Amino acid sequence: MLDDFLIRAGLAALGVALAAGALGCFVVWRRLAYFGEATAHAAVLGVALSLMFSTSIFVGVIVVALAMGLLFFSLQGTGAGADALLGVLAHGALALGLVAVSLIPGVRVDLDVYLFGDVLTVGRVDLAVIWGGAVLVLAILYLRWGALLTSTLSPDLANASGLAPRREGLILTLLLAAVVAVAIKVVGALLITAMLIIPATTARRFAVTPESMALWSMSLGALAAVGGVQLAVMANTPVGPTIVALSAGMFAVATLTSGLTRIGS
Amino acid sequence: MTLLTVTDIGVRFGNHQVLDHVNLILTRGEIVTIVGPNGSGKSTLLRVLVGAIEPDSGRVERAEGLRIGYVPQKLHVDQTMPITVRRFLDLPKRVGKEAADTALQAAGVAHVAATQMSDLSGGQFQRVLLARAILSEPDVLMLDEATQGLDQPGSAQFYQQIDAVRKTMGCAVLMVSHELHVVMSASDRVICLNGHVCCEGTPEVVSAAPAYRELFGSGTGGALALYRHDHDHRHDHSHDHVFEE
Repeated sequence: MLDDFLIRAGLAALGVALAAGALGCFVVWRRLAYFGEATAHAAVLGVALSLMFSTSIFVGVIVVALAMGLLFFSLQGTGAGADALLGVLAHGALALGLVAVSLIPGVRVDLDVYLFGDVLTVGRVDLAVIWGGAVLVLAILYLRWGALLTSTLSPDLANASGLAPRREGLILTLLLAAVVAVAIKVVGALLITAMLIIPATTARRFAVTPESMALWSMSLGALAAVGGVQLAVMANTPVGPTIVALSAGMFAVATLTSGLTRIGS
Repeated sequence: MTLLTVTDIGVRFGNHQVLDHVNLILTRGEIVTIVGPNGSGKSTLLRVLVGAIEPDSGRVERAEGLRIGYVPQKLHVDQTMPITVRRFLDLPKRVGKEAADTALQAAGVAHVAATQMSDLSGGQFQRVLLARAILSEPDVLMLDEATQGLDQPGSAQFYQQIDAVRKTMGCAVLMVSHELHVVMSASDRVICLNGHVCCEGTPEVVSAAPAYRELFGSGTGGALALYRHDHDHRHDHSHDHVFEE
């Protein structure tokens, strides 16, 4: 039953789920859901630029996602509220990307691939890039865990401990750009945030420490990813949305059961 | 031995000059309290000392390898983050079980290691912050309105705990507070701040200083345990620097 392309698809989804699951905890703790959304939407602009300059999609997306993060940081505190600012950036980048894609001469681009992902066409090179990116993200999170966590909990405490919370924030922006870049082929620009947010939010119910929350989040994300690929092939549904729907289903079950135990106890 | 030297610092937030020509020296083992009305720049000064804010002018010199134990005003642990007290003490670096237990005991919360941070009472929470601050064996403990939200007996107990910690560890204590009567009596030196240093000296000197009285008014006079020796006027040394605003 598992043809080669299916194994590749499963592995690609697994790699993204592990990285997004761990990083997603920081997105949830720092209340960066909308920032993740903006970065992900900017990815469409990255795709357009990659096609224009015939470079790798990964390169275009990571550059634009990073630029988005830095732009947001530099515009913060200039009068507009953070949510409104992100709205401007997210939809501005998405619209600009859609316009740019349509302007590329001679190429008819299937936008669905970049908006909703196309994991079944993942090749060996894609797989290598995805896993390379995922391992890099996880390694950096592991090595800087204490500093990132302290900065997230309280910038003042971090300063007093000799850490630089702004730098840690920048590192998270960088990691977010990397996750968006490796995830776009799997779930697409519109659903990347779901891979970050949903497993982490579900994991919160089971966790007593930040570490256990990250491990739960990675496990739930991985389960949804591998299960979602299988389910999509069996039911002939789009893979990215199926993964996210499965993930949302887990959230619903976890919420309901913990609600019931609370009533029961 | 001098731990911290602040020379002529100024901090602006937009058009607002929050701190103006502030000087401060902190030496080993002393307790210094910064008092001042709301918006006087107390917390800002402390954050400059901690290194959270770069001053726009002036210099902050720290003794080499200075270890700061910082107890923030309040710390909001987001509901989205699960974290036990024990794990909190491990930030940013892991500490041994023995060290963690000792610190919790010294801070007066020996039994809360397994409790979630979000389940602690206000008093327990501040003590856990204190425990975390003393884990690094600091040269100076810095407390920013650390008893806000505690009732009077609670904050009195908290300050007794601070004093006990200082006696065992020999660290200096620099604290910001508006609870004059509780805090000042325990201090070696009081600095009255209102953007600039209005007056400073021993608690007796400061409580008798005209600049201080002008800031806090006679309304608090009855509650001030230290506002008692009229003849302190003779000792004053900083009254040429009168409150200007």
